[in-house]
Amino acid sequence: MKKTAQYLLLAAIALLCIFPFWWTLVTALSTEGNIFSYPPTFWPKQPSLENFVEVFRVIPIWAFLKNSVLITAFTVLWKLVLCSMAAYPLARLHFKGKKLVFGLIVATMVLPSEVNFLVNFITVTELGLVDTYSGVILPNVVNAVAILLLKQAFEEVPQDLVDAARVDGASEWTIFTKIMLPLIAPWLATVGILTAVEAWNEYIWPSIVMSKPDEFPLSVGVLYLRGTFGSSTRVIAAGTIITIVPTLAAFLFTQRYFMRGMDGAVK
Amino acid sequence: MKRSVAAWLFLAPALLLLAVFAFWPVLFGSVLAFTDFSLVRETHWVGFDNFRYIFNNEMFVTGLKNSLVFLLIVPCVQLGAIALAVMVNNQLPGIKLFRAAYYVPVVTTVSVVGIMWGFMFHEQGALNYILGTHIGWLQDDTFALAAIMFVTLWRGLGWYMVMYLAALQSVPQEMQEAAILDGASRWQRFWHITVPMLRPTIMVCTILSVLGALKAYQEVDVLTQGGPMNSTFTALYYAYDQGLKHLKLPRALAASFIVSLICIGIALLCLRYLKPKHR
Repeated sequence: MKKTAQYLLLAAIALLCIFPFWWTLVTALSTEGNIFSYPPTFWPKQPSLENFVEVFRVIPIWAFLKNSVLITAFTVLWKLVLCSMAAYPLARLHFKGKKLVFGLIVATMVLPSEVNFLVNFITVTELGLVDTYSGVILPNVVNAVAILLLKQAFEEVPQDLVDAARVDGASEWTIFTKIMLPLIAPWLATVGILTAVEAWNEYIWPSIVMSKPDEFPLSVGVLYLRGTFGSSTRVIAAGTIITIVPTLAAFLFTQRYFMRGMDGAVK
Repeated sequence: MKRSVAAWLFLAPALLLLAVFAFWPVLFGSVLAFTDFSLVRETHWVGFDNFRYIFNNEMFVTGLKNSLVFLLIVPCVQLGAIALAVMVNNQLPGIKLFRAAYYVPVVTTVSVVGIMWGFMFHEQGALNYILGTHIGWLQDDTFALAAIMFVTLWRGLGWYMVMYLAALQSVPQEMQEAAILDGASRWQRFWHITVPMLRPTIMVCTILSVLGALKAYQEVDVLTQGGPMNSTFTALYYAYDQGLKHLKLPRALAASFIVSLICIGIALLCLRYLKPKHR
């Protein structure tokens, strides 16, 4: 009895979380009326994919998709390379100024970064990176949380392995690439998957750097679909579904990374 | 010696990017807030003119008030997230599905959130149908801000739930069992074992949530763009609106400077009063 009550409550909250997605999906699949028809439909009647076809017709969605994929892929790649390179000496090497550097990196977590885009836009303009992928990607590739997570991962690698390699005359670079990185692969995967979702979902910054519709990633393009065309709500709904399917799929298949992700960094 | 050169080489690219895109904007931005900077003409010092301007500007003042009102979601999100975490911290069949469901809004881009809740809140949307009302939630200045706050809460709940869930799972099971043997009730166990163990997490999450609430602006952009009649401006939405849509960068930076000061102040207060007690 008590269990039933608990399930009911859990289900009610789950419904609140999922319902907007469900309704949007139903709308995207319906063939007549629009989302504001009365009474609203919460179950697809004669579902069809014609709205999705329409999305591909009215907006350059292949371009959006390509932009999203490239921005996400390069953000993940560069973040993994640069953050693991930064984390390694912080975890395993002794050098002057280490504490200071570490302090500075942690400090970026408390800086009021939400509005950095105001000045970053000037910087990106001066660097000639407006309307380029690099302009979107560069400010997002180094991040304190990622460095802290990877630093912790490096610290757990046994010292014996490193010592043995040093005796064999391996350079720091060899130790880093051949011994360290393979051993922390699960953590690289964690940072990679969290970054991928973050980069895919990024909305404000790409909308600032990219000025032409052809350059938008999906997260920006989907609002463009709502804004300029006065499209039918069914088509907007279809565009919305196209935008979120990749992140939802990534999340559902790699849930455990999300469920432990932040844990390590906050400690 | 050689190894310390290696260390700096490893760090150099990351530090360079942090310097350019994390430190420079804060430093240069704080300086620009005291100038009349614009890309097309010479820049002059103007002292506190920008600050005087924004504090006499209705949009910013409303925005600042709304940002403080936004703080009301902090206790809601935190209590809700703790309750959810406690409810899903078990092995009931299907519990993983529920956890996933609560997290789905977290992995959804804010633009999509804006579109979906725009549908929900529409006069002929699902919410009015379910409630049997006829309100344009985002067009009515009585409800618009509350609606935006609700969406922010909806987006944040799952994220904090996961934080608390991780903390709960590190509470040793033996303590609970010992307390059960001693005849402690469910509520007593929660209050005397779980809550003290959660304290550090509660502190971190509360601070993050306070800062998040004070800095909210993306939801405003995708739901109402500050309307109706500027009633849903937040302090940072004002900065975003002035800086990017009207190219009044110094005003925007002055506004964000004020928000940063408030954030730092509140974070210090939280640290002071929520500090874990030493045992």
